[in-house]
Amino acid sequence: MTLWWLMLACGAITFGIRYSFIAAEGHYQPPSWFRRLLPFVPIAALTAIVAPELLLVQGEIILGGGNHRLWAGLIAILVASVWRNTLLTIASGFVALFVLQRI
Amino acid sequence: MRSAEAFSLGLRSVMPLLLGVAPFGVIYGVVALQSGIPALAAMAMSSIVFAGSAQFLLAQLVGAGAPLLLTAGAVGLVNLRHALYSASVAPILAHLPRRWKILLAYLLTDEAYAAAIPHLIALKPNSSQAAQAHWILFGSGFGLWAGWQLATLAGVLIGTQLPSNLGLDFALPLTFIAIVVPMIDSRALFAAAVTAGGMAVALAALPYKVGLFLAALAGLVVGAALTRKAK
Repeated sequence: MTLWWLMLACGAITFGIRYSFIAAEGHYQPPSWFRRLLPFVPIAALTAIVAPELLLVQGEIILGGGNHRLWAGLIAILVASVWRNTLLTIASGFVALFVLQRI
Repeated sequence: MRSAEAFSLGLRSVMPLLLGVAPFGVIYGVVALQSGIPALAAMAMSSIVFAGSAQFLLAQLVGAGAPLLLTAGAVGLVNLRHALYSASVAPILAHLPRRWKILLAYLLTDEAYAAAIPHLIALKPNSSQAAQAHWILFGSGFGLWAGWQLATLAGVLIGTQLPSNLGLDFALPLTFIAIVVPMIDSRALFAAAVTAGGMAVALAALPYKVGLFLAALAGLVVGAALTRKAK
């Protein structure tokens, strides 16, 4: 029974975080600097998720050839910056990873 | 753009991310059962909490018999970055009735946000298309929700017999790369990305993904500071 209450509490916390600014919109006047931060949310938040996935192997920064995900990721970044195509980027990253793992 | 088209756009945009999310869902189902959580509760958690890394943490802490307050606090910290997404989409959803806001907040995950945000940014404010923006977010949110439920169900039912180490989880960073890289079209955005990425690596050892949140904040501040200088 405790487990269910704990899950409900965690669900409420998670929902509360996600609903916070959406609910508050229109009910408060944010300072102007706050609005200037918002255009950077997608870039900053998503890059913060991606960078450790590429650079860290079990908590250690590995830059050498042994870190296949880093090099496959860099190839995907290059492909994304040139062709700006989602499926091509994902495919190039997977192909690069597949090839690197077998060299 | 009609609402059905917007919904379909969101749904299609989240599909590549499902490739990466599905293995996580399966592993979550396995980890939850191993932690002594009954199958029904493990499944229910995917609807009640609906947050991948928080569910992993919750399952592990329940298995380890951690204090309840610590567990709830840890889940809050892990999901703190979702407040940034909330702030980011809040102006776009401002005109909607409350039931829509509640629904979209419930569905607001990393993946749903990432899949929808390039399309939301591309919409011209006050255009007829912008009036359908919430359908894009609903499409990506619903797609991820349905995929997550199916994946955790597979993990709970079939579990360890499913191959989970195919490297499919790499689809997540790759899709995020495909989303982020084309959006970087100014020095300020580039600096925000480099700051957030560098800080996230430097702070990766901090518990409960606090490093992710702090790194994202650092990226926001650097980006905004550079925009101001440029003016």
